[in-house]
Amino acid sequence: MVDENSKATETGSVAEGIHRIILKYPGQRRYSLAILQDVQKEFKYIPEEAIPLIKRHVGVSEGQLYALATFYKALSLTPKGQHIIKLCDGTACHLRGTNNLLGELGRTLGIAADERTVDGKFSLELVNCVGSCALAPVMIVDDDYHGKVTMGQLPQVIEEYRDEQEGGSDE
Amino acid sequence: MSERTTVCGTPPTAFGAATAVTPRRCLLVCCGTGCRANNAMGLADALEAAARDAGLDVTVSSDAPQIKRTGCNGFCENGPIVKVHPDDISYYKVKPEDAEPIIASLGNEPVARLLYRGEMRQRLTRQIDNPFYAHQQKLALRNIGEIDPLVIADYVAAGGYQALKKALQMSSEQIVEEVIASGLRGRGGAGFPTGIKWQTAAGYPAKPKYVICNGDEGDPGAFMDRSILEGDPHSVIEGLTIAALAIQAEQGFLYIRDEYGLALSNIAAAIAVAEADGYLGDDICGSGRKLRLEIVRGGGAFVCGESTALMASIEGRVGEPRAKYVRSAEKGLWGQPTVLNNVETLANIPYIILNGGAEFAKIGTAGSTGTKVFSLVGKVNRTGLIEVPMGASLRHMIYDIGGGIKRDRPFKAVQTGGPSGGCIPEGQLDLAVDFDTLDAEGAMMGSGGMIVMDEHDCMVEVARYYVKLLAEESCGKCTPCREGLRQMLGILTDITEGRGQVGDIELLERICATMTAASLCALGKTAANPVLSTIRHFRDEYQAHIRDRSCPAGVCPALTVYVIDAEKCTSCGACSRACPVGIVSGEKKVPYSIQSEKCIACGSCRDACRFDAVIAMRKEEVA
Ligand SMILES: Cc1cc2nc3c(=O)[nH]c(=O)nc-3n(C[C@H](O)[C@H](O)[C@H](O)COP(=O)(O)O)c2cc1C
Ligand code: SF4
Ligand code: FES
Ligand code: FES
Repeated sequence: MVDENSKATETGSVAEGIHRIILKYPGQRRYSLAILQDVQKEFKYIPEEAIPLIKRHVGVSEGQLYALATFYKALSLTPKGQHIIKLCDGTACHLRGTNNLLGELGRTLGIAADERTVDGKFSLELVNCVGSCALAPVMIVDDDYHGKVTMGQLPQVIEEYRDEQEGGSDE
Repeated sequence: MSERTTVCGTPPTAFGAATAVTPRRCLLVCCGTGCRANNAMGLADALEAAARDAGLDVTVSSDAPQIKRTGCNGFCENGPIVKVHPDDISYYKVKPEDAEPIIASLGNEPVARLLYRGEMRQRLTRQIDNPFYAHQQKLALRNIGEIDPLVIADYVAAGGYQALKKALQMSSEQIVEEVIASGLRGRGGAGFPTGIKWQTAAGYPAKPKYVICNGDEGDPGAFMDRSILEGDPHSVIEGLTIAALAIQAEQGFLYIRDEYGLALSNIAAAIAVAEADGYLGDDICGSGRKLRLEIVRGGGAFVCGESTALMASIEGRVGEPRAKYVRSAEKGLWGQPTVLNNVETLANIPYIILNGGAEFAKIGTAGSTGTKVFSLVGKVNRTGLIEVPMGASLRHMIYDIGGGIKRDRPFKAVQTGGPSGGCIPEGQLDLAVDFDTLDAEGAMMGSGGMIVMDEHDCMVEVARYYVKLLAEESCGKCTPCREGLRQMLGILTDITEGRGQVGDIELLERICATMTAASLCALGKTAANPVLSTIRHFRDEYQAHIRDRSCPAGVCPALTVYVIDAEKCTSCGACSRACPVGIVSGEKKVPYSIQSEKCIACGSCRDACRFDAVIAMRKEEVA
């Protein structure tokens, strides 16, 4: 499913990718959130051109779709970086030093929470408990969990993702 | 149905049904999210490879051991965990390199170095010997860590879907009666009696009706629902199906946080196989009864855990709560009678139906029956998910199960109930934890988060943290909550940054009173708890911030710098290695020192020091 979608972005237009997602769901209002979530996963944000297409399919107004896109934290109207760093700021992690990690990431990447690096490589997000409190503090990069993260190891972890991208990309 | 494996030699569960099967040796590899973060999947692969190399056939039923990937054992900090049954051996912190020695040891002496070390450094073989597990009673978590969540036969062999078959023979009233008799109260936080909720919804003739499982788990610092959804998805499906039979619903939803990837995929797989095996779908177990289940992924808004907001979200609308003049049991999802229950609540249902409500009611206290799962985290020696009978004391959980405070520091407070709960000080450690006792103290059992804090945690900062979270998550529909939280956040931030003023505490109290009285939903109504409980028990600390510009816990960076006590310093260098900005220096035999003007007051050096030689000082004093 995911593979199919990412192929769409490579070969087809944005609209094509969005269509592919929309067609997985019946045209009813209650699927609006699911469609927006899939679009977010695929494009790392909700592109403006997605809204009219979704509107036509599920039959709600553009305003209502924008309301969803701005209300739900998981959705974003501006592009996110290639790698999304989620720093857990749940209570257990907070007490074990999320603020310090945030400061260190800020120094390493030059961005604050909810920002994206200029090169578009990383976005930084503070999230609520990710359900691994026993490993606090927890950082999730893309889908990898890093437990018991220390300030000292951050720059190296970040470099690994930066390098990985360099090696794997053929742009 | 062709290649169904038989259940392995698990010790009898609460359902006691594993006895009928010939015990076959089995290695249970914990593959919950915590252990996966520590390469549990690689370990499971390595065990399979090592077994193959040793000439053992692990897949087809034979005498050779089976290797199973289970859900979370609750002790993630010591993962990955491997259990060997029926020998009852538990290994901790197992690495892929350990696979070979483990396989080679089967049937002989266990691999001693992987066993848990007791308080006297002795090696403990059985899970029950481990103090973390010794005091637990597992009901909601009964199967987790014992079965492969993706193999329905495991669940069935452990007594699964027996309750559903029994419920199919019962009338709606009989099911409801059994649940009422059990005294079960909702585990999602509010503690509403589940049986009464079902009875109300069952009483309305309107059709269709809906059942919903609340898997939004928003309490930051709690992960019990995640663990159940991941490790024993069929127990939730069975509970939800029984709820549907009780109120005559034919459609159900599971609303699960989108961040819970493994929970989502395990639930989806479980629904598919339950349908294929006839436990769900158009003809449940040949009874002609119907139930379709659908998963809805949450949008990452804390307020969507609230019942009416959650239903709005399922309908594809913005997740704002509505006033509850009319109960959801009468008019809920799409205006139809709806029952919404928490994950843990539902996981208890099969036990109740199978063993009878009276049996369940024997566990726990009179007003709060059964067990409760807690997520014990923070500054305790043993952190993790624990399940104990209702009414256990905080002291029992923190000291007997949690092994006391890290580094034997003094206990300061425990925060229960998440953003709706409060902080409980040392003097109240003997309180019995159930729905009513903590409420009376201005805290709340809530969904079971239990965060232990020591003297290095600042209570004003804790209050600020919860208020910040709530301010971000308030949906903004009603003014007391939206504006109240914003004002409180401003005041608390000022206090922690040294701009507090005399009168701030009283102002906070007034805002709290208004929010409690006038907010629309429980998010706003209970938002005062973290603030009021810290003011009540730690007023001195607030005053120190305001009056003396001092953070007694040495946490608030704007008020704190660290210095090294030359007398206590042993020049071990731990602080220097820990400092992220590299400003702690020294050499052997000479006390270390910190360049205080560059100190970011992160406290890493203090945490690293084993000799208490790093001291937090008032910034004004040093500067
Ligand atoms: C702001 C807010 C957040 C909530 N979050 C959750 C949650 O994440 N999970 C949950 O089960 N209940 C949550 N609840 C409680 C639900 O509203 C509801 O009481 C519960 O799901 C009912 O199920 P139960 O009776 O089985 O506990 C929340 C309530 C509020 C006010
Ligand atoms: S109390 Fe807060 S979260 Fe609840 S409806 Fe009002 S603004 Fe929204
Ligand atoms: S608080 Fe960070 S994982 Fe729970
Ligand atoms: S995931 Fe293995 S113990 Fe929690």
